[in-house]
Amino acid sequence: MPHHRLSFRQYLILAFVSVSVPLGDSSLARGMTKLPAVSLGHPLALISAVFTPWIALGIALLIGYFASYLTALSWADLTFIMPATALGNVLVALLAHFWLHEEISWMRWLGVSLITIGVALVAHGPANTTPPANFGDALAAGRQFGDDSVPRSLKMERLG
Amino acid sequence: MVASIVITSSTGEVLMAGAMKSMGDLDEIRERSGLGGAIKAVVTSPLFMGGIVFMALAFFSLLFALNHMDLSLVGPAAASLTLVTNTIAAKLFLKERVDRRRWTAAVLVCIGVYFLAH
Repeated sequence: MPHHRLSFRQYLILAFVSVSVPLGDSSLARGMTKLPAVSLGHPLALISAVFTPWIALGIALLIGYFASYLTALSWADLTFIMPATALGNVLVALLAHFWLHEEISWMRWLGVSLITIGVALVAHGPANTTPPANFGDALAAGRQFGDDSVPRSLKMERLG
Repeated sequence: MVASIVITSSTGEVLMAGAMKSMGDLDEIRERSGLGGAIKAVVTSPLFMGGIVFMALAFFSLLFALNHMDLSLVGPAAASLTLVTNTIAAKLFLKERVDRRRWTAAVLVCIGVYFLAH
């Protein structure tokens, strides 16, 4: 169903999509760097890595991300959700600066600004622009995006 | 290593986005058929299962890359490149209306992620 404006709950889902990826990736990185080098000749070593604590935590966070990401994909475009995921990198940089008092270079601040502008641009537009999947959605889309987006046959069917 | 993450990840995400779009609002399915019905609707979709296979390949490619390279290099490089390939794929295969605003946002976020890593 096409949505131009998202509900508070949907914004919460997008927020979790944003923060779970950098946290999960950081956990995976911490876990993998503690392991001895894994070569292509011994791929089974990657399977055993899954059961170490940091990698298990990373996987749990990424499973949470996956569930919320799938839910978001059912009511928003992929190109709408992608910038929300990138916003997680901004949150990590801001936390590092204001909470951990890490030095952030001007280049990183520039990166933070560009991502924020990108997210703001996408967030200002419609969340869903794909053709509606069924009749009810088609009519909703007509109200949302203007009558041109609803096939004439559907409108006639409704009137008939 | 980064290219394999980007290709498998993009293929997986587009397949999954296609699957979720074809089944409709997951929140509404959950309200109608319960959590079990929503999970069943997702896992019985062939497109979704195809997406899972490619996402699993992307995950193990990421683990392999992290074992040889720093997260500060692999993460942003894969994320920024995947953004561009996903935008192209979403326009071509998912028929999303990628207008000038979304292209601008994709490019800004892509450059931003790159700067953030340096």
